[in-house]
Amino acid sequence: MKFDKPAGTNPIDRMAVVGRPTPRIDGPLKVSGKAPYAYEQQDVPGKPAYGYILGSAVAKGTISAIDTTRAERAPGVLSVVTHRNAGKLGKGRMNTAHLLAGPKVEHYHQAVAVVVAETFEQARAAASLINVDYARESGAFDLAAARAGAKDATGSDAPTSVGDFAGAFASAGVQLDQTYTTPDQSHAMMEPHATIAAWEGDSLTIWTSNQMINWGVKELAATLQMPPEKVRLISPYIGGGFGGKLFLRTDAVMAALSARAVKRPVKVALQRPLIPNNTTHRPATIQRIRIGCGSDGRITAIGHESWSGDLEGGGPEAATQQTKLLYAGANRMTALRLAVLDLPEGNAMRAPGEAPGLMALEVAMDEMAEKLGMDPVAFRVVNDTQVDPEDPSRPFSQRNLVRCLEEGARRFGWNRRKAPGQGREGRWLVGMGVAAAFRNNINGKSGARVRLDRAGGVTVETDMTDIGTGTYTIIAQTAAEMLGVPLAKVTVKLGDSAFPVSAGSGGQWGANSSTSGVYAACVKLRDMVVGKLGFGPGDAQFEGGQVRVGNRVADIADAAKGGELVAEDTMEYGDLAKTFQQSTFGAHFVEAAVDRYTGETRIRRMLAVCAAGRILNPISARSQVIGAMTMGVGGALMEELAVDKRFGFFVNHDLAGYEVPVHMDIPHQDVVFLDEADDKVSPMKAKGVGELGLCGVGAAVANAVYNATGIRVREYPLTLDKYLDRLGEVA
Amino acid sequence: MTEGYGAISRRDVLKTGAAGAAIAGSIGPGQAALAQPDPAAPPRAAVGLKVNGQAVRLDLDTRTTLLDALREHVKLTGTKKGCDHGQCGACTVIVNGRRINSCLTLAVMHEGDEVTTIEGLGTPESLHPMQAAFVEHDGYQCGYCTPGQICSAVAVLEEIRAGIPSHVTADVSKPAPMTTVEMRERMSGNICRCGAYSNIAEAMADVAGVKA
Amino acid sequence: MRPFTYEKATSAQDAAAKAAAMPGARFIAGGTNLLDLMKLEIETPSHLIDVNGLGLDRIEEIDGGGLRIGALVRNTDLAADQRVRKDYAVLTRALVAGASGQLRNKATTAGNLLQRTRCPYFYDTNMPCNKRKPGSGCAALGGFSRQLGVIGTSDACIATHPSDMAVAMRVLDASVETIRPDGTTRAIPIAEFHTLPGETPHIETALEKGEMIISVALPRPRGGTHIYRKVRDRASYAFALVSVAAVIQRDGKGAVALGGVAPKPWRVEEAEALLPQGPKAVADRLFAGARPREDNAFKLTLAQRTIASVMAEAKA
Repeated sequence: MKFDKPAGTNPIDRMAVVGRPTPRIDGPLKVSGKAPYAYEQQDVPGKPAYGYILGSAVAKGTISAIDTTRAERAPGVLSVVTHRNAGKLGKGRMNTAHLLAGPKVEHYHQAVAVVVAETFEQARAAASLINVDYARESGAFDLAAARAGAKDATGSDAPTSVGDFAGAFASAGVQLDQTYTTPDQSHAMMEPHATIAAWEGDSLTIWTSNQMINWGVKELAATLQMPPEKVRLISPYIGGGFGGKLFLRTDAVMAALSARAVKRPVKVALQRPLIPNNTTHRPATIQRIRIGCGSDGRITAIGHESWSGDLEGGGPEAATQQTKLLYAGANRMTALRLAVLDLPEGNAMRAPGEAPGLMALEVAMDEMAEKLGMDPVAFRVVNDTQVDPEDPSRPFSQRNLVRCLEEGARRFGWNRRKAPGQGREGRWLVGMGVAAAFRNNINGKSGARVRLDRAGGVTVETDMTDIGTGTYTIIAQTAAEMLGVPLAKVTVKLGDSAFPVSAGSGGQWGANSSTSGVYAACVKLRDMVVGKLGFGPGDAQFEGGQVRVGNRVADIADAAKGGELVAEDTMEYGDLAKTFQQSTFGAHFVEAAVDRYTGETRIRRMLAVCAAGRILNPISARSQVIGAMTMGVGGALMEELAVDKRFGFFVNHDLAGYEVPVHMDIPHQDVVFLDEADDKVSPMKAKGVGELGLCGVGAAVANAVYNATGIRVREYPLTLDKYLDRLGEVA
Repeated sequence: MTEGYGAISRRDVLKTGAAGAAIAGSIGPGQAALAQPDPAAPPRAAVGLKVNGQAVRLDLDTRTTLLDALREHVKLTGTKKGCDHGQCGACTVIVNGRRINSCLTLAVMHEGDEVTTIEGLGTPESLHPMQAAFVEHDGYQCGYCTPGQICSAVAVLEEIRAGIPSHVTADVSKPAPMTTVEMRERMSGNICRCGAYSNIAEAMADVAGVKA
Repeated sequence: MRPFTYEKATSAQDAAAKAAAMPGARFIAGGTNLLDLMKLEIETPSHLIDVNGLGLDRIEEIDGGGLRIGALVRNTDLAADQRVRKDYAVLTRALVAGASGQLRNKATTAGNLLQRTRCPYFYDTNMPCNKRKPGSGCAALGGFSRQLGVIGTSDACIATHPSDMAVAMRVLDASVETIRPDGTTRAIPIAEFHTLPGETPHIETALEKGEMIISVALPRPRGGTHIYRKVRDRASYAFALVSVAAVIQRDGKGAVALGGVAPKPWRVEEAEALLPQGPKAVADRLFAGARPREDNAFKLTLAQRTIASVMAEAKA
């Protein structure tokens, strides 16, 4: 099915199931420990051996010698796989560095070897018996130092320019020119990257933890240089990803190589201390923002430049993305500049681009509002636009940013906000902050297969994944709505490359794209049902387990009397995303308290108001947003991969060193969804919220801290050491 | 003053292994370096546990943690390995009525102990009230930290009822009150990267019968 | 983790004797720190002596006043003990500021004293570390040192001691009671229990080979206001940037010890005499001769401000 014109009325609009708060259908399994994650799969052919990965001790260089004899002789060891015996390996299109080092080492903790043994304990012990000699080379590990040599990004990341930015900025009555920095961040999902691999002849099955099944199949096949048809990838439950499991990682490759070497299944989980350096991370940025305004508060010039680094062949952190679209202004420019660094591979982490981009832009907007003497909400409202500011012929499909801001301000009690440094409760300095949330909507081609059995049961199969997003439930809701059956009649099977190819989970496209694919398959199944029942043409109603055309009625199950009905289709998209700018919007409000003695910051209240099209399941959508708000607090206050610029690695590479928010950091959170349905995006009329919820949170926290203290910090995270000496005397 | 490692020569040959074979080895006085690995199998020991009410007899490599004993030997995989270093709480189980990180204890040290895992609290068909509250309040997303959160949550309510003080107890000379702030502080050893904290707090308040 | 044999100790003296006689033997109690380090092969015992079950898990009153805390008393039980909460609240407060509920349920009094630094370079076995591998160098010098020590450190090591409990015990003038392999016992004042790194950062305590902690004695209660203030980046489950344990009397005199700044709980008795002069005077004396790094110089400011916070709280 192709979606190439705005959706008319369709069965989803009934919203008898879709849009209703629906507890997760996979919930009882998850809360009772019965949902099997990758490392826990029991239906593996044969008893798996255990693999343990050895990571490189240097960031850049060459393995000059590697001695595995002691490890090979250790008790229980079956094999040691290194670049010397792994056979020729390719590289996935989306991997920048290789997933097995040797002889070249491209980054710290890049996999150098995997030890396979009968038990986990034996594999772990033997891994330390491998001796590796490295010829270490110097590298570039410091973004600030590499900034001068950074180059303009190309392709869709190339610089943009509209009007005369330089001239307009120079002549603007009120100017802001500030630089902000965001650090390297780690996804830190709770389930480590893990895989069980099993070969049967030349066919490989892997049970793994991956957000994008089809990418994973192709990339693993490319790496192992085998036909993708021979690879099956199964990933029914995924313990968090946030972009860290978008791509093929070394656990899958090492498990596959090991299983081939020892001729039996092998399971490998990345040890937690390897994860920050071995896998991908969100790259640090240096961002310069210039805004010029008239005294009326209207933006006349807006410029955003961002510098980031990556390994040779990698890409930039697209932190200027939102600045192209968020605010009006006739004269504008953006530029992404990429430096080559020898730190581990940078790549997507939840809301890549916008998350760090808004951490800077929305603080700049706060600073500009203050310069103008305007309320930060009013300043943003004045600069709203209903068209793409770089191409005014393109309207937004739907844009309710102003309502988000105003509704949020009303609910949050924004009018009680005091001047900077004036809010005081005992030892606490108290302040409020706001930031706009913005994230583009992306639709991905997505397929599904829907089965109707004799008992009227419906089974949906798609290689879509549920990474905590609630996919199982919204897909069941979609099928139940389309086929008029109770939710309990729907079984959803996900995360298996034997199923139709979906859009996968990423870029907050998963919910809308995957349910649209299910919609397409259900439309096909509805036609088959009507045909099987022998009902003539007419407007079929599917409701209450029955099918009605005119005055003819039958149980839906009757259509499958003669055998299961199976329909498969894929939703594809036309040019509506070109005609209309499709984006999601929101406003974040935060109240923060800063200890006037120690500078410790505690978040007291949080509110998000989101405009993201139709909300398919308010329960799981809300969870996506509160979870993103939590991650935003982490990004604002504590998360930073500390770079050792001599050795070239992230020093705090475990969950004790890399601090993410804990229960005590997070207060009760409020989320409001505006009642929307965007008919330009899909038949579901939905967009995404999982990344929107993160976009702007960090800036709202930073702005609240500023409002509390009167101290502006432009380097994230806002740890107390950055402003302690400016907090004022304490006796 | 030279700082040793401030500068690294351009092609500095470093010899090392996983545990820094060239720089590890003997640690200090009182700790003998291990001899060449013994080709014989590593030491084993027998241990009897009571897991979710069932007696379990295991013969284990002494290095086996309680977590790995449960997951890899008893095949109870509800208890999760998130970090294996006591930094995340995903492996939380209740031993003799107390919650602990099962990754930081050896199975052989638990002879005769009663271990309750997530599977022992309830089943999909018959959920424990805390499990049911997590479903109702959507106190999870990816589900990986969830068994640990729930085991912890069940134990936390008991700890508050038992009057054990916490970091947020205003007056430690008195029993701690049953509040969500007490719950949040005590749950802080269970990291949820999906960020379900606000909902977990509501689930716990619901079970405890207090206002979130 | 290297292979090890395992036995349950039958008596404290037997355990101490075995630990002294067997190369590579170590005691294990709660295991929360030792197993963490064994997994990384930072600790590599070849024999573990399980000292749980020796009856060292009781808290008893000392004739004439004070408490004797068994070495195996769990952190949770120590924090929750009514006598501790009433008379040594700073200790309860320090304990509940540390780690997580799960860890406190397992971690023991002796183990808490003996826990090793959280310096990230100590934890990364690819890095040089004089504490882990004497003579290999210190990667933290010139590296990421935000968490590390500002005083009491040396050119060989700038690690901090991570305990909260020990900081409170220092302010309470506790003493560590031990048994040696020959069966003799001794009491080591907490001030002398942890050693400064100097040229030998791998030596961290005054314990001799095989010597085992039996108990920790707290002297008679001193009254006063008990405060433990721990400052960290997140609100819970994190090690201290700076912590302050204080017992302040009505007349403004008192005792103060700091955590997160030095290789041992940091207390300078002369500084306490300056309490009436305010936090700056106290901090200046406490940190006389401090050698902060660029990353952790803020700890000096933070320590002074935290002391100010504690003094204000004591007055309130």
